[in-house]
Amino acid sequence: MPPIISIASLSKVYASGHNALKNISLDIDKGEIFALLGPNGAGKTTLISIVCGIVTASAGSVRVDGHCIQKDYKAARKAIGLVPQELTTDAFETVWATTGFSRGLFGLPPDPAHIERVLRDLSLWDKRDSRIMTLSGGMKRRVLIAKALAHEPRILFLDEPTAGVDVALRQDMWRLVRKLRDGGVTIILTTHYIDEAEEMADRVGVIRNGEIILVEDKAELMRKLGRKQLTLQLDAPLAALPPALAGHSLALAPGGRELVYTYDTKGEAGLTGLLADLGAAGIGFHDLHTSQSSLEDIFVDLVKERA
Amino acid sequence: MNWYAVRALYRFEMARFWRTALQSIVAPVIATSLYFVVFGAAIGSRMTSVEGVPYGAFIVPGLMMLSLLTQSIANASFGIYFPRFAGTIYEILSAPVSPLEIVLGYVGAAASKAILIALIILATATLFVPLRIEHPFVMVGFLVLTAVTFSLFGFLIGLWADGFERLQLVPLLVITPLTFLGGSFYSIDMLPPVWRALSLANPVVYLISGFRWAFFGHSDVSIGVSLAMALAFLVLCLIGVTWIFRTGYRLKS
Repeated sequence: MPPIISIASLSKVYASGHNALKNISLDIDKGEIFALLGPNGAGKTTLISIVCGIVTASAGSVRVDGHCIQKDYKAARKAIGLVPQELTTDAFETVWATTGFSRGLFGLPPDPAHIERVLRDLSLWDKRDSRIMTLSGGMKRRVLIAKALAHEPRILFLDEPTAGVDVALRQDMWRLVRKLRDGGVTIILTTHYIDEAEEMADRVGVIRNGEIILVEDKAELMRKLGRKQLTLQLDAPLAALPPALAGHSLALAPGGRELVYTYDTKGEAGLTGLLADLGAAGIGFHDLHTSQSSLEDIFVDLVKERA
Repeated sequence: MNWYAVRALYRFEMARFWRTALQSIVAPVIATSLYFVVFGAAIGSRMTSVEGVPYGAFIVPGLMMLSLLTQSIANASFGIYFPRFAGTIYEILSAPVSPLEIVLGYVGAAASKAILIALIILATATLFVPLRIEHPFVMVGFLVLTAVTFSLFGFLIGLWADGFERLQLVPLLVITPLTFLGGSFYSIDMLPPVWRALSLANPVVYLISGFRWAFFGHSDVSIGVSLAMALAFLVLCLIGVTWIFRTGYRLKS
């Protein structure tokens, strides 16, 4: 299946000389949730803005659903809904009017039933006649999402969608995003909340200093780069690690009462050997627990590594 | 052609006009009434007619043109500047809308509002002075041409401005003086020869003169020249707007 978004050798140098994107190539598959992670100023918003037509690329090409964003920009943009990072809304408009405006702007005839569905999905129906200026920040965020969904896009860009919203609203949004994905919408989200990407994404891309440093299936990424730790509570304290255990990646915690075994997800087979060697060395334990690195740990390691 | 987008932009802009109906409609009616009190009753009563037209009636085309120019520029410049200022321009830039469709929406709405206000002024004027319109089709043609041209000019100002001060700069320092000195309240034939010659460098003279011809059948300069000047300014504004959309000046990084 051809990618729904295909970015090839994309670069952006702003008039100030700032090189925001450096020769980026990236394919987004149809129907996936793709999380684009990166520190502030990495180039996430510039990348999204180029695909959506807000910023002009310095070099490279982008195709959306097979359409070149330059030559066939109308067809390309029709497929896209964008929820920007900033809460930029028409303060004096009502929720209903601004959502209908967005639908018209994208070339579709009025469809009150669809607008009602979108507003109900986002718990905005009761606020449909309210002016946007009277809404809370979280509600304004929902309005931006409603506007982006008003023209039934096949691709949805969510630029920091849950920045500054409360936990309940975040979970509401996650539910909505999953529902949209289940309906066949491709979602590209940037977020500072790595747990959000961990929770939602099918694939993860990491961008740093205008370069994509990694694109990977999330589960594969966690498997490849994730680390696990097994901590054993010993029956009797050890003064030092016995030489018989030197072959294992073990560390003795201060006090000698805990042994910590660190392994990657591929090294799970070594556990059996470790337990056998512990038995042979006469080292008993009365409790154990395991922990696993999060996507956040992996992200921090990746960004530090390439710094 | 994305007509739904043109309609959406047009209706959005017109909604702003109706939201501020008191300011949009009542203010020009009061201002026109004041002009008639001052120029029509107080000063006009001491003046003889100008070119055979009672002074009160003579100033009506000028008053209409004064409002038409200022309203066209103000509506169009604010219409496009405010989304840039508020950041909501992202939605227009990311929508499947061509520059022509954007201009049709914004300029169409700005011109409609200005024409509506000019017609309200005309209706108000009939309460004060007897009026005749000798060439109503030419009057309507000039009204539309001028409103569209100056809405385009206002659109350019709205794209060029990087703050509210600049937004006001051209209308206040250029357009208002040119309009007042363009024969809104007098015929340039009443001026000494030097000032008359200088006045001919003022493009607004041709608009007011042509408009007045539509009302009374005579003008300071020939109707053909007036029309040519109005069309020339329209072409200039179109070139400016086309250049801005081609280069993305002030619109895209």
